[in-house]
Amino acid sequence: MSMTALKTESSPPVPAASAPILTLSPKRPPRMEVLAKRGREAAARIVPPLIVVALLLVVWELLCRRAGATLPPPSRVIRETKDLILDPFFDNGGIDKGLFWHISASLKRVALGYSLAVVVGVALGTLVGQSIWAMRGLDPLFQVLRTIPPLAWLPLALAAFRDGQPSAIFVIFITSIWPIIINTAVGIRNIPQDYRNVAAVLQLNPLEFFAKVMIPSAAPYIFTGLRIGIGLSWLAIVAAEMLIGGVGIGFFIWDAWNSSHISEIILALVYVGIIGFVLDRLIALLASVVTRGTATN
Amino acid sequence: MHAYLKLDHLDKSFTRGQATTEVLTDINLAVAQGEYVSIIGHSGCGKSTMLNIVAGLTPATRGGVLLEDREVNAPGPDRAVVFQNHSLLPWLTVYENVRLGVDKVFRSTKSRAERDAWVMHNLNLVQMAHARDKRPAEISGGMKQRVGIARALAMEPKVLLLDEPFGALDALTRAHLQDSVMALHQKLNNTVLMITHDVDEAVLLSDRIVMMTNGPSARIGEVLDVPLPHPRKRLELATNPIYLKCRQRVLEFLYERHRFVEAA
Repeated sequence: MSMTALKTESSPPVPAASAPILTLSPKRPPRMEVLAKRGREAAARIVPPLIVVALLLVVWELLCRRAGATLPPPSRVIRETKDLILDPFFDNGGIDKGLFWHISASLKRVALGYSLAVVVGVALGTLVGQSIWAMRGLDPLFQVLRTIPPLAWLPLALAAFRDGQPSAIFVIFITSIWPIIINTAVGIRNIPQDYRNVAAVLQLNPLEFFAKVMIPSAAPYIFTGLRIGIGLSWLAIVAAEMLIGGVGIGFFIWDAWNSSHISEIILALVYVGIIGFVLDRLIALLASVVTRGTATN
Repeated sequence: MHAYLKLDHLDKSFTRGQATTEVLTDINLAVAQGEYVSIIGHSGCGKSTMLNIVAGLTPATRGGVLLEDREVNAPGPDRAVVFQNHSLLPWLTVYENVRLGVDKVFRSTKSRAERDAWVMHNLNLVQMAHARDKRPAEISGGMKQRVGIARALAMEPKVLLLDEPFGALDALTRAHLQDSVMALHQKLNNTVLMITHDVDEAVLLSDRIVMMTNGPSARIGEVLDVPLPHPRKRLELATNPIYLKCRQRVLEFLYERHRFVEAA
């Protein structure tokens, strides 16, 4: 305030000089208030599911506590799996490893199979979306192949690769590729004629057209396919690993069943669910970053 | 008059199964360099088809388009189009939308810095330099159309094709943009072919007005010279006898001799 007072002394009075100070201060509420508001918003989202989970745990505890219950109550699950939860990093050789190693082995397989599916799926989807003849030739094939359950491919893959590891990756690949192909094709087919005209007038070559028009324009569709794909991969990996054995969350579950460690199965299921959720969120986040500008206007 | 752009005996028909629809019949038009020619007609008369043929986006059934005595039958940056709905790529910024065309056309003839300067020069021409980093969704309809014009101008086209460029704009924005286009034409003296269905717009902007008969098998009904000197001022023209006469002629053509028949 003393600054403005000094100014007005030397120069003609500037009416706006003190105005910004007055208008700005009420616009920015105190930091504590902002934090409190954020906190309330977060609580409104976090508290309801917490309550539901707590209620379910109570019901589960009550149901499974009685004598003769076939499944352990949550209290017993936690008691029996405390070591696994607290130390996910132990490695006693073979398949006697901490959950971290099992999960990371499964994630590696998914990452490989899924990445392959993304590359091949987007390429095939582009082809089918762009060429009417490719669509006529390939689409019926895709429609039949995509209905084959993932595990039905496994014996065939084992026969072809003679090894569990590539077979599991192949199952991931073949499971997640169909939604990627189909959604990419729809996205490519829905590129507005306007954009094609622009590309034609600019004489973009096919590669430039692919990178600068097709992919950004079809991105929302492609990401829908990618999200469905990652969900299916995670579904398939558990089943595939149960059959191929070795390190992996799927075989961990199967092994726990064979050793009657029901609590370990439940813990593994919780992890599988959380990781599936995280994977889905990751792709959704990537989609919202990448397709930020593609909203039609 | 030397024909810079020539539409030579153009016919266009669309065939679907057994049925063939004649859209354009025997279109002959010669446009001189630096001339501003409007094509006016009722909707459905094939004027957009005609522009698309010149742009190379639609092939002619018979006849052809000559630009500087060479046939053109594929799209190219020498005939840049300003589309009615701007057609900016929504994932690129204003700058990037213009830059895309500039990079394509001047890849070998201009350095990176020159191309950047050229993009900004063209954005300045349409007074859009301030919005260089905005995306199309963040600017108004009139601004989008300005960027569309900048993109077309930046390709240094031999012919500028305007497909109802002001059709989707409100009346005030439209008048403002028409003034801008007039000023640009005055400054750059480029050859322009514009589709419109607005009589005032046609008379205000054009050196010649091509009036189309109704489809199917539309043809050029009449070509009217607009002998008004440039630069033209919207307000002064409102009482100018030549302007009023030209306007009258176009109105007569459209509403007396070639009334729009809904069933056609």
